[in-house]
Amino acid sequence: MVLESLWTVKEFFVYPNEYIYWAIQIVMYPFMTGLVAGAFVLSSLYHLFGIKPLKEIARFALVFSFALLMVAPLPLLLHLAQPQRSLYVGLTPHFTSAIAAFGVVLFVYGSVVAAELWFLFRKHLVEVSIELKSKTNKSLAEKIKYMVHTILTLGAMDVSDASLKLDAKAIKVLAGVGVPIACFLHGYAGFIFGSVKANALWMTPLMPVIFIMSAIVSGVALCMLIYIIIMGMKKFIVSRKNDSAALSTLKEINSEEISTVQTSVKYLIFFMIFSISLELLDLVFRGYTAVKSWDILRNVIYGTDFINIFLLQYLMGNLVPFILLLLPGLKIRRLIPALLLVLFGVFMMRWNVVIGGQSFSLTFSGYMDYQLPIIPHGLETFKEGLGGALLIAVLPFILFWILNKIFPVLQTKGPD
Amino acid sequence: MHILRPLFVVLAIAAIILIARSIWIPSDFGIHERGYTYGWYRQSNIEEWKNFTVKYQGREFCVTCHAEQVQKLTSSKHKNIECENCHGPALSHPADPLKLVLDRNRELCLRCHTNLFYPNSQRSQIKGINPDQHNPGLECVLCHNPHEASKPR
Amino acid sequence: MLVNGLDIIFQPPDVHARTSPRRFVFLVDIYKCIGCGFCVKACKLENEIPFDAGVSRTWVERYVVNGEGEVFADTPKEARYGFTTGRIDLGRGKFKDIPQEKTKKAFFVPKLCNQCEKPSCVQVCPVGATYQNADGVVLIDRKWCIGCGYCIMACPYGMRFFHPVHRVADKCNFCYHRINQGLRPACVQACPTGARLIGNIKDPGDPVEKIIRTQQVAVHKPEYGTNPQVYYVGLGEEVR
Repeated sequence: MVLESLWTVKEFFVYPNEYIYWAIQIVMYPFMTGLVAGAFVLSSLYHLFGIKPLKEIARFALVFSFALLMVAPLPLLLHLAQPQRSLYVGLTPHFTSAIAAFGVVLFVYGSVVAAELWFLFRKHLVEVSIELKSKTNKSLAEKIKYMVHTILTLGAMDVSDASLKLDAKAIKVLAGVGVPIACFLHGYAGFIFGSVKANALWMTPLMPVIFIMSAIVSGVALCMLIYIIIMGMKKFIVSRKNDSAALSTLKEINSEEISTVQTSVKYLIFFMIFSISLELLDLVFRGYTAVKSWDILRNVIYGTDFINIFLLQYLMGNLVPFILLLLPGLKIRRLIPALLLVLFGVFMMRWNVVIGGQSFSLTFSGYMDYQLPIIPHGLETFKEGLGGALLIAVLPFILFWILNKIFPVLQTKGPD
Repeated sequence: MHILRPLFVVLAIAAIILIARSIWIPSDFGIHERGYTYGWYRQSNIEEWKNFTVKYQGREFCVTCHAEQVQKLTSSKHKNIECENCHGPALSHPADPLKLVLDRNRELCLRCHTNLFYPNSQRSQIKGINPDQHNPGLECVLCHNPHEASKPR
Repeated sequence: MLVNGLDIIFQPPDVHARTSPRRFVFLVDIYKCIGCGFCVKACKLENEIPFDAGVSRTWVERYVVNGEGEVFADTPKEARYGFTTGRIDLGRGKFKDIPQEKTKKAFFVPKLCNQCEKPSCVQVCPVGATYQNADGVVLIDRKWCIGCGYCIMACPYGMRFFHPVHRVADKCNFCYHRINQGLRPACVQACPTGARLIGNIKDPGDPVEKIIRTQQVAVHKPEYGTNPQVYYVGLGEEVR
């Protein structure tokens, strides 16, 4: 029995071997790497370009980017029919394939982010290590904490001003080097689709650029969203204290939050415009040139996938948040739904590319309908079903919570 | 210079990966005849495919024991149909399987003998029937001998 | 050195020496195909593809064109049972009956892997699990395939699929295990009308080579630039 037939329904003339082979996990993968790239770019806007109002969100974005990066290979592992062989891509890479770039890019990018995090938090790691070293009766948790923090210092215990200045320089260099690598990390994902000449919807040189732009949009939106939530939690904790000191702290948090958010929104809007322009350009071009595949693509875009593309992605995921963000007097209350819609829009873009590209047959005279498995009836329908998707969506937050114990972004302020 | 320490860690990891690769990559994996783009593979796989079991033996295999049946068939209109088309692959018959399939189903004959008057195909030249009208539900072999391929017995 | 290195890697394959005296090619005669489906049955049994699974290394398509030029096409269960009814399968439980008087053009088209000279499926394999050997046959290393499915996406002809049991990529390989020892592919042997023929384009005495070199033949979807090596006699523009 063909596994993929569980979620594929064919109509009219479709080749026998055609099924929806690239399902929800292949939608999740570019979504996650997009968030990785976007979060890193946001962080670099401060660390490289020194945009002051982004200072607090920058540190947080970098840690979150790392958490997301660690989750990024998982959708691929869940998708592969032979996941135990996944390392072969590092053993015998065939670099004529865009997917082979994955191993190299992941390693290089991961190194850059890990190194930047190290420089950013070295002072904190050293301080915790010294503090715990002098403590005589350490509990088990404290022993582990001491070990982890000491190992991570890599023996560089000098936290003099001169030394920290070197750290700041290194951060700037890494942030600079990291931006093109982050773009490559997601650009190659776009190239994976854009270079498939067999698929009439995917084939376009614009694909890598569209992916990068929407990646930045999603990364910035997610970081802003988490930032607002964290600030909200902070304000809630402070407001329970009910004294005058609390009031002034609240005011401080508020003003910092608003300035950070207002600057971030500007960049979000800029990249949103860039991203939507490219997508509309691609659509208009296809309709205008009307090559052989246009008939079936038109039926998919304006027919079977009309709701997914125009209502969910363009209207709810782009136009509505756009209006919400541009209306004067932007408050946090309006920002949250806007950011959620933006994230939804980017997710739908990934869905409409991956699933949309498999909605029509190579015959150009048939269709395939994707029915996402909701209730898992076994391992396979969990992995490539709603369960698997939710698992991937939730994991970065769990990982972020763990990482926060070593690279705290919720309490202390960074070295710069 | 403490700022180079992360670099050392990365280089150490890279070294471990390179050593692991030299152990795990099959020795016959490399660029072969068709260049890197089309000829990047594990050489011993070709031998594995060459050794894949042959299932269908062909009529020359059947005739060594079933000469009479083959003789009847080759003098009939079914002379171009391989024995194994209807009886399934011989494999190492009679060792395994002991007997081949005797498929008496209507559907086997309807593959060719459902009338389809397709102007651009030789199919329209084959004598056939309308399966819904000609003895529906009955086995064709009740009246027709497939090895003699003639009118009803 | 970088440029030299890149050059060696990405050089067009014809520059690389072709040492084999064989380059297998296939010939399909559309008029001769009667849609019996014995080729599909033989292929599945010879190559251990589960008979009842909705995938096959080869299949037969049916095209029926009415007086208005409307084309109806289907391939019911990959034609593993042949075509035993004139009703055209439209999917989702719908069928189309075209009466004989309205059938202006109708024929069968067997399809199989084209073993392209520039296989886009091989180009996109990230681990080197699929490749082309010196005889021109594109093979899959079942022990190395990671099951990413990129090759399946990259084939313009829809030839590839995941093997339901082994869960690695699979496709027609001209029955390489048979042709290597001088036997014919299972589908060629099973075909009662000679609609399917295999040949060696490098052998001037080969009857298939003669037809390809001297008669009007066509390949399927040449616009993808993959340079397919399955040639058709009688290929019409309706063929998808």
